Amino acid sequence: MRRIQNITKTPEGAIGFGIIAALMLVALFAPIVSPGDPLRIAGSPLLAPFVDPAFPLGTDRLGRDVLAGIIHGTRTSLAVGIAAAIAAIAIGLCVGLAAGFAGGAVDEALMRIVDAFQIVPSFLLALAFVSVIGASVPVVVLAIALGAWADPARLTRAQVLSIRERDYVASARVIGMHPVEIAWKEILPNALPPVLALSAIIVAAAILTEAALSFLGLGDPNIVTWGSMIAEGRNVLRSSPSLSIFPGLALVITVIGVYLLSEGLTKALAGRRSEA
Amino acid sequence: MMLLDIADLSRRFSSGGRDVAALSDVSLTLAPGETLGLAGASGSGKSTLARILLRLIPADGGTIHFEGKDWLTLSGAELRRRRAKMQMVFQDILGAFNPRATVASVLDDPLRIHEIVPKAERPGEIAALLERVGLPASYATRSIREVSGGQRQRIAIARAIATRPSLIVLDEAVSALDVSIRGKILELLVELQQERGIAYLFVSHDLAVLRAVSHRIAVMQAGRLVEIGTASQVIENPQSSAARALIAAVPRLVTGLPERHYYDV
Ligand SMILES: Nc1ncnc2c1ncn2[C@@H]1O[C@H](COP(=O)(O)OP(=O)(O)OP(=O)(O)O)[C@@H](O)[C@H]1O
Ligand SMILES: [Mg+2]
Repeated sequence: MRRIQNITKTPEGAIGFGIIAALMLVALFAPIVSPGDPLRIAGSPLLAPFVDPAFPLGTDRLGRDVLAGIIHGTRTSLAVGIAAAIAAIAIGLCVGLAAGFAGGAVDEALMRIVDAFQIVPSFLLALAFVSVIGASVPVVVLAIALGAWADPARLTRAQVLSIRERDYVASARVIGMHPVEIAWKEILPNALPPVLALSAIIVAAAILTEAALSFLGLGDPNIVTWGSMIAEGRNVLRSSPSLSIFPGLALVITVIGVYLLSEGLTKALAGRRSEA
Repeated sequence: MMLLDIADLSRRFSSGGRDVAALSDVSLTLAPGETLGLAGASGSGKSTLARILLRLIPADGGTIHFEGKDWLTLSGAELRRRRAKMQMVFQDILGAFNPRATVASVLDDPLRIHEIVPKAERPGEIAALLERVGLPASYATRSIREVSGGQRQRIAIARAIATRPSLIVLDEAVSALDVSIRGKILELLVELQQERGIAYLFVSHDLAVLRAVSHRIAVMQAGRLVEIGTASQVIENPQSSAARALIAAVPRLVTGLPERHYYDV
């Protein structure tokens, strides 16, 4: 609870937290707020927004409710974004910890792999991965994580290398603490916070990547996503631009919210450090 | 018999193409219950000696015998077990503690690792340690960040004596402290030594501090031991230029105060 208070103390953090909390609620309660399959045909096609109170944001070419699509799309975006970030951080932590603790040849080998993944543009990697294996939510999550784990791996390794040299780790060795306990109790908890602060950026990037994949038709075809809605709307961009604009806005707001929250998080962490 | 016998200890560092002989053929001995002050200008290799002694970094050459056994060939569980007998107090009064630690956890770790007392008696032992270094037992629940610098150094001393060591290495242990607190900490160290017969290797660049606690003083310069003798010999009749420079840096030493009096400023 104190963490959350710290984050919301800065204006960025407060706004970001507000946006993300609202989106989370929407995603969580999507089936209640907007019951039924968002992909079903609900009314007459191409209804303009703000005209029919039953379809506040209008309908698309097939008569599907745009608002329902956006509400359910929030679920996909957040779920894929957060799952991909968790996967990326998990992989990055494992690789970074292994490299930092093992050192020597293991470190060298792991960091060359990290280099390789950092050189390949992450979107191309995700694109290739999904086109080869096929589009489904778990594959998309994994594809995005594959392009995003290199940064946390690098940061984790740097953290481990720097904390290993601290006097408190030397103290732990002097009192005869076992190396495994030192890694687990002295190094890991102090190496984690900056890596976790990175997670917000990864979530934002993952949400954008997911949207881009769906836009290209490489998302899961059975669920509604903002990317696929934008792609849908592209066919009638001249006559009904709102079909692309609304999901686009949702995307922008989400990504901004995540960035603001990460700013607040970083400042809260920095504040805690300067207090110490 | 000597508690500690260091012979021909050497260590080089090469960083960025620069090769530094941080320690060259340093030999010295320490008797049980004795304080050896280790003086020297910045970069003379004092901390390197301390860190090799604590097995934090390896030596390039030389031997160390501690409590009669070869100390540098120990490894693994045997080394961890024997570490109980040689402890250290660091200069950095904040950096020497895990920022997440509480006072109790700092003292609990060595007691647990070396099974100094049965588990049920550990809280009592922690309270006794705190009281021994002049802190109320109620401090146990505090976060290590909530105590002042002088108190933190007392906790560092409590941690060092927790495993009942025969030697404590103190690397600039009072340099970061206020002059007013410094004297009290030195007093505590001397008391603990008299009570428990602990030997100290006391590293400092301040001869006034060393004179207050040391039986003998060794002077280092550029990785070599250039002078060693009783505290009064070295201070009143220095033989090396390094010792003379250190004496000149502390004007009040010249007034000829008795050796190993408590350091009151
Ligand atoms: N890890 C290291 N890498 C490279 N050089 C080092 C390293 N540690 C120490 N040195 C060098 O070894 C020499 C001795 O350093 P050391 O820290 O032992 O000196 P010191 O007497 O403790 O100095 P101070 O009084 O400033 O603490 C210095 O020239 C230093 O630059
Ligand atoms: Mg030093």
